[in-house]
Amino acid sequence: MKENYRKERIARSIKARSDDIYALTSYREMWYLLFPRVIPIIGIALVAYFLPLYWKKVIITTCIFAMLAVSWDFLSNCGLLSLGQALFFGIGSYAAGSLDHYLHLPVYVTIPVATIMGGFISTIILLPVVRLRGIYFAMVTLILPLMLMRLIEATKILGGTEGITGLSPFPNVWVEITLILAAMWASLFGLRRFIASDYGLIFVSMRDNDRATMASGINIYAFKAQSLFIGSSICAFCGAFMTHSYQFTGMPVFAMEFSILPIAAASIGGIGTLAGPLVGAMILVPLSEILREFGTLRIVFYGLILVVCVVALPEGIFHYASRKYNEMERWVKIE
Amino acid sequence: MALLEVQGITKAFGGVKALDDVSVRVEENTLLGIIGPNGSGKTTLVNTITGFVRPDTGSVLFKGKDVIGLPPYRITNMGIGRAFQMVKPFFHLPAFKNIIVPLSSPRVRASSGGRFGDKDAVALDVLEEVGFERDSSVPYKAASVLPHGYLKRLELARLLALKSEIFILDELFSGLSIAEVTSIIPIIEKILLDGKTVIMVEHRLKELFRIANKVIVLNYGKKIKEGLPKEILEDEEVKKAYLGVEV
Repeated sequence: MKENYRKERIARSIKARSDDIYALTSYREMWYLLFPRVIPIIGIALVAYFLPLYWKKVIITTCIFAMLAVSWDFLSNCGLLSLGQALFFGIGSYAAGSLDHYLHLPVYVTIPVATIMGGFISTIILLPVVRLRGIYFAMVTLILPLMLMRLIEATKILGGTEGITGLSPFPNVWVEITLILAAMWASLFGLRRFIASDYGLIFVSMRDNDRATMASGINIYAFKAQSLFIGSSICAFCGAFMTHSYQFTGMPVFAMEFSILPIAAASIGGIGTLAGPLVGAMILVPLSEILREFGTLRIVFYGLILVVCVVALPEGIFHYASRKYNEMERWVKIE
Repeated sequence: MALLEVQGITKAFGGVKALDDVSVRVEENTLLGIIGPNGSGKTTLVNTITGFVRPDTGSVLFKGKDVIGLPPYRITNMGIGRAFQMVKPFFHLPAFKNIIVPLSSPRVRASSGGRFGDKDAVALDVLEEVGFERDSSVPYKAASVLPHGYLKRLELARLLALKSEIFILDELFSGLSIAEVTSIIPIIEKILLDGKTVIMVEHRLKELFRIANKVIVLNYGKKIKEGLPKEILEDEEVKKAYLGVEV
């Protein structure tokens, strides 16, 4: 008798969601707000610190992909559809590698410098094409990392096909894990706070309609350049981090994997929320490691799980979970 | 000197002349209506004035300064606001957050008090002017769930937030019921009372002629008639071109 019923959705706890001082009036409301934020932070930290070394490395890779996915989602939120996270990632990686190899700078200098430098270089490279919209911008970002890869191969600069090896490592694995976890949560919560601010609203408005943003008197090219800088800096940090983690940089940093996996993570996690892509990466990367036991069949299972996820929850895991958490549902009879 | 002077604008898309030597003078604090059959170049004229389309020849003088070649956001910041025929709200944002974007433009920030204060409250003030009740749930809903009439008002609110001097309204009334149109007309009259200038591209002639000071008629990119609404109504050539009536 379902046809006589409809699903009613009621927002749960309006007070807690009103970003107001009300949230501080009871432990229940505070816990309601803190639960979805604190539990993942503690949970992932526990897993990262207490698992054996191999799985620590997996967590680090996961966090790197999670940051790439968050950055991809931020750019797509700003109306810049990027297929080239590998470009930003690779530039950051080569920047850190060169600073270490040629200038012998320590790790705690190369990573911040490579982050800013990577952001600047990527923004300047893409500046002429920010006027392109949608798929045209995506095509340019897709092709650039492949071009840079061949450029390095042909001109043999920066180590050529061999890459740069023997770079200085992190002091120990604990520093490594703490750093990447801190960076990941900072970029997620920082960007979420940023796009909710008045200044950040301008960035988000460009996704819906950049012509209307322009008709609101906003110089959209300046804002697109800023969003490119923010997005690519995050990827450049990941690249620099990975370089020191593996003590190597080379042509593989421009691989398609770094462009495609963040997008897959974003689509199963939920596009547009920033947290969704992080959830997606947290599932996809460890999953790929677990499936290693299946050998050649790995990619089949991996693909199957991806298809099931996309078909079962086309909106994304995070959208679904946040709806279940923030809204009460009940069936009410239609009069 | 007129506030806005369009002089000899010609624009061809391939072989089609969308605008052919069109000149218009818009005096300050008047309402100019632009009418014409479909494809007669009305929206192209608006796009030219607001910088979305660059004409082949001609000039657009706003307060004596040529705006041709400037990007749309510069023209908007000079005071020429434009509402789109196809409503272009920021669908993901709540209605009042839509207004935050124009409130962050250099034009508003340069105006007195524009840089400081609670933008949310200012946005709600602007929305109340176009009929979004602050105490109702409407301004807080995402623009994607608002009905068409509210989206048209939202376009108008964007121009109000920008403190535009010229309001260019591209078919604001299209797709609205008579009741909705009659509730929007007082808003436009109030804009005129504030000393602003309005340019309306419109197909709803009855409503337009009631409030317009001057009307120009376009056909096949040419300006075929200019005058008071009453004169336009009686003009044989306009009837033939626009209404398609054999007289």
